[in-house]
Amino acid sequence: MATTTVKPETLVGKRIRRREDPRLITGTATYVDDIKMPGMHHACIVRSPQAAARIKGLNIKPALDRPGVVAVFTGEDVKDVPSVPCVAQLPGLRQPHHHVLAQDRVYFVGHPVAVVVATDRYIAADAADAVEVDYEELPAVADPEKALAAGAPAIHPQWPDNTAFTFHQEGGDVEKAFREADVIVKQRITSQRLVPNAMETRGVVADWRAAERSLTLYSSSQAPHLLRSLLASIFGIPENRLRVVAPEVGGGFGSKIDIYAEDMLMTFVSQRINKPVKWVESRRENFLCTIHGRGHVDYYELAAKRDGTMLGLKLKIIQDLGAYLQLLTPAIPTLSVLMMPGLYKFKNISADVIGAFTNCVPTDAYRGAGRPEATHGIERMVDILAAELKMDPAELRLKNFPAPDEFPFATATGLAYDSGNYALPLKTALDEVGYADLRREQKQGREQGKLLGIGMSAYGEICAFGPTPATPTGGWESATVKIEPSGKVTIMTGASPHGQGEETTFAQIAADELGVDIDDVVVLHGDTSLVQYGIGTFGSRGTAIGGTALYYALQELKSKIKKFGATLLESDEVSLVGGSVVHEASGKSVSFSKIAAEAYRPMKLPPNTQPGLVATHFWEPPNFTFPFGAHVVVTEVDRDTGQIAIRRYVAVDDCGKLINPLIVSGQVHGGVAQGLGQALWEQAVYDDNGQLLTGEFTDYAIPRAHMMPWIESSHTETPSPVNPLGVKGVGEAGTIGCSPAVVNSVVDALSHLGVRHLDMPLTPEKIWKLIQAGGRA
Amino acid sequence: MIPQEFEYSAPGTLQEALQLIAGGERKVLAGGMSLIPMMKLRLAAPEHVVDLGRVPGLNYITESGGTIRIGATTTHHEIEMAPLVRGRCPLLAEAASRIGDIQVRNRGTIGGSIAHADPAADYPASLLALEGQVRLVSANSDRTVAASDFFLDPFTTAIEPGEIVSEIVLPAEEGSEGYRYEKLAHPASGFAVVGVAARIKKTGGKISFARIGVTGMAAHAFRALNAEKLLEGGATIDEAVATIGEGEEANSDLYASADYRQHLARVHARRAISVALTRAT
Amino acid sequence: MKQKISITINGKLRSDEVEPRLLLIHYLREVVGLTGPHIGCETSTCGACTVMLDGKAIKSCTIFAIQASGREVLTIEGLAVNGHLDPLQEAFWNEHALQCGFCTPGMILTAKQLLQDNPSPTEEEIRKGLEGNICRCTGYQHIVNAVKSAAAKAGA
Repeated sequence: MATTTVKPETLVGKRIRRREDPRLITGTATYVDDIKMPGMHHACIVRSPQAAARIKGLNIKPALDRPGVVAVFTGEDVKDVPSVPCVAQLPGLRQPHHHVLAQDRVYFVGHPVAVVVATDRYIAADAADAVEVDYEELPAVADPEKALAAGAPAIHPQWPDNTAFTFHQEGGDVEKAFREADVIVKQRITSQRLVPNAMETRGVVADWRAAERSLTLYSSSQAPHLLRSLLASIFGIPENRLRVVAPEVGGGFGSKIDIYAEDMLMTFVSQRINKPVKWVESRRENFLCTIHGRGHVDYYELAAKRDGTMLGLKLKIIQDLGAYLQLLTPAIPTLSVLMMPGLYKFKNISADVIGAFTNCVPTDAYRGAGRPEATHGIERMVDILAAELKMDPAELRLKNFPAPDEFPFATATGLAYDSGNYALPLKTALDEVGYADLRREQKQGREQGKLLGIGMSAYGEICAFGPTPATPTGGWESATVKIEPSGKVTIMTGASPHGQGEETTFAQIAADELGVDIDDVVVLHGDTSLVQYGIGTFGSRGTAIGGTALYYALQELKSKIKKFGATLLESDEVSLVGGSVVHEASGKSVSFSKIAAEAYRPMKLPPNTQPGLVATHFWEPPNFTFPFGAHVVVTEVDRDTGQIAIRRYVAVDDCGKLINPLIVSGQVHGGVAQGLGQALWEQAVYDDNGQLLTGEFTDYAIPRAHMMPWIESSHTETPSPVNPLGVKGVGEAGTIGCSPAVVNSVVDALSHLGVRHLDMPLTPEKIWKLIQAGGRA
Repeated sequence: MIPQEFEYSAPGTLQEALQLIAGGERKVLAGGMSLIPMMKLRLAAPEHVVDLGRVPGLNYITESGGTIRIGATTTHHEIEMAPLVRGRCPLLAEAASRIGDIQVRNRGTIGGSIAHADPAADYPASLLALEGQVRLVSANSDRTVAASDFFLDPFTTAIEPGEIVSEIVLPAEEGSEGYRYEKLAHPASGFAVVGVAARIKKTGGKISFARIGVTGMAAHAFRALNAEKLLEGGATIDEAVATIGEGEEANSDLYASADYRQHLARVHARRAISVALTRAT
Repeated sequence: MKQKISITINGKLRSDEVEPRLLLIHYLREVVGLTGPHIGCETSTCGACTVMLDGKAIKSCTIFAIQASGREVLTIEGLAVNGHLDPLQEAFWNEHALQCGFCTPGMILTAKQLLQDNPSPTEEEIRKGLEGNICRCTGYQHIVNAVKSAAAKAGA
């Protein structure tokens, strides 16, 4: 028997460069648009230029007559195809039938009206231009508050009040809290519509094989199994004859959880032409037709005692839904309700959500999905309260946090916060930034007319979605681990990462647990024919749930390895050291690779043991996880122009245990960039006719390298008790913590002028006008 | 994403190019940084494109007797990097360095940019402040137009049918003069919300010469003549810039209303003049 | 009407008959079969399609293939020499300068010219130099680190 070699160090917790990168830095990764198939056709979609109109006439003949065009389909062809699905359900929810091509009406700019199929994408584009559509324009409404107003045009004629649902939740006794309050502050706070803008737009290749009655669908998806189940039920294709592949996915940020009209339309087209067909979204289409995020108008009232003790919060959310309900659309504002108390102890809340239809593309989950809106709201309200009470905003926050020994902490909204030390990141960030010195500098600077702001947010988030009863898609995740006869390890995860780095973090976990070289581990994902059923990557769940499923699958294998080792060593008195089995009394051991080989050609099987080393685990989490942290932002406002410069950005995040700090910091930076985008630049602006005015990168300002500050990022590590890895999730943290800290900072810079609140984005003209008006606006 | 079909010619001589252009509806393609995106979005659908990319003798930067000549197909990056421009006409090099991004500057040409005459383009402010000239040639004409007579309206210039821009003619800046191109870039498009080019000469510590070009603010770039006169007459910078934009109708968009834009032009003019002043010796 | 073009792509000369309207990015992806240059927009903004033309970074979505005839194109696929990664590729890998990877080929090639023009750029110069490339994942900080690190290595 060989001597055991124990790996000198563990990999979990180390900054390890990613294993997915070689294909990405050499341009050899395969995204949907890189897929080519024999006989593949190309689709181009004719879309409505009107936000609300009746289709009076549709002439496809000029398109059909063009050489190379094989088919043109219109609403009539797909009228029996079921609705684009929404799986989120609320009592009394009004769900319009979302046809994959418009029937007699269009409801938003970009609404698909016809699809042209041709042998080449250039021919398809020319033919799509040749389709003649005669629209009778109808009055449109693009603003949710205007949509709810009396006399507004009905978006769906059957529901003239434009209300898809109302939702009410309360906890404690909010009326009593307000009666007992010394101070009540109120504010209307908006969270503007944003466009997720993954750099890879959506794309679909559908390949129907009539003889096999089977469909293979390549789609740039965050949740391929979900897409498969929904497509199977919509088209009546048996699930075992439907393969969905999410190949390399170029970012999603929530926008690729959905099943879209185009996934269904390409399935339909491939079935009709009996050929593979590809559709790749243009950026313009991505702006117009892929879900948007946010879209809140919120009315807040916060009640407190004079000493700063917060007592209760009332919230009314008007959610801009758009014209249809996508996969999770109505559920998103309910997440805002769950998160509305933020990190604070008060136990009295009431919330009302009104879901308003508008003639816009639907909203749905975008990085943070409901939690950024809630965090922005409560963190703004805390600052407004601090100003009212003339208290330091940091002091006010610290006063209202639950103490570390109060966890699990039951919130007013019915959650149980898992673990936390909320004061620690805030104090750390304030120390890091030099808070007291900055306050002095601010005071002195004001005398010279300088506008310096110090803003903070203390955020919490609900992550690791989530227990199944609370997650419309299902909340568990799965992992299969196969130890091959050669000792190589293959992991198949049901989570479908697309940039988050699980090919690396999962390999780190497995390498540590099995004591193998990380180069001997491969992580596969995204192909429903290869990977056992899974849920997907969203809601900061990949590692916290998918990683935990992996952890338990590895434990099952380890106990089997031990059995094989015991049999080989002919003793029950053995222990596992990494992946090797050691008989300590004799010093004899049997290596991992030997056991791997033995498992597939056992001379003697351990009792009650099957050959082979494969384990699958489906892990259902008992609770969400609740990451938290604090961001502190120092801004300087240019009095002459209203331009905002960020002098310091300090982020202290607690996402539980860190598996790979290099990857975690990347998640934080990217999250902050999207939060900063919302705070300062990004907005989907529709005019009164429902035309999207910021519908290209030349109008919609995505943060570029030169617009980003240096982010000083560090972590506190409070393990989550919810899973054995102690991880909480980090994908959305940066976004959630960022926008309130930035806005609080700019409001702080202008507070001596009487400014109490600013809505995002903080465009320079808005700031300049306020300064011109002496702050009173 | 996909342009409509068109006929394509890539003439090998200037004469051939001018003959082609004289032959009817032709769209001239230089760097393509404005034309190709418009064609991809099908906002432009020319039937016949004449590509100047293979015409020899249009890409040059020369100086003789204090006059700098820049061939029409010289790229922004070539202008930005050229020691001759940096040394003898640094205002233009500074303006060129602020255009778009490096990929755009590698393809985009000075002739193409000014012929396109986007009201938010960068060069016009400098060309005006430099009192430059634009040489226009056709199959049977060759004339030179002052920059101040060249930019007429948004996307409208003094170019007549059959003409192309062949070169830009600029006086070399004097070593003692100060210069600055001050730009507020739109956060999405990178175009100038406003851009102000300033040239300042000092005599005995006082401003003796001022040239100020403003782009982005109005329908076309303009010279701030009143501000120049006031500066030369001893007024303060604040007094001078307060006249900028008077009589001009300011552009308005989502990012900047007309009032704000005019204000920004003045702020950036003040900044441009201040920097130019410190650079002047 | 199709016209003949000849382009040297990653060191190999090839000739094809193309429509004049065929964009270089579509030529590289659909005709040549490369997958490194990506399409992220149609307004010449995002930089995902960046390749090098005669040694300079350009957006291959904003040039017709026919305009590149007779010239040399370098894509990300041609950057590694004899299987050895370019120092920028190596630095992007080491510094975790990519997540979804979609913008990465363009980002690396733009950074290549940045370092050609300015071998030891400051953080501000790096950020400014990359303004024509949008990344939605990283917040750019690790990209800045990668370019710095590649510059430091080249200067060492």
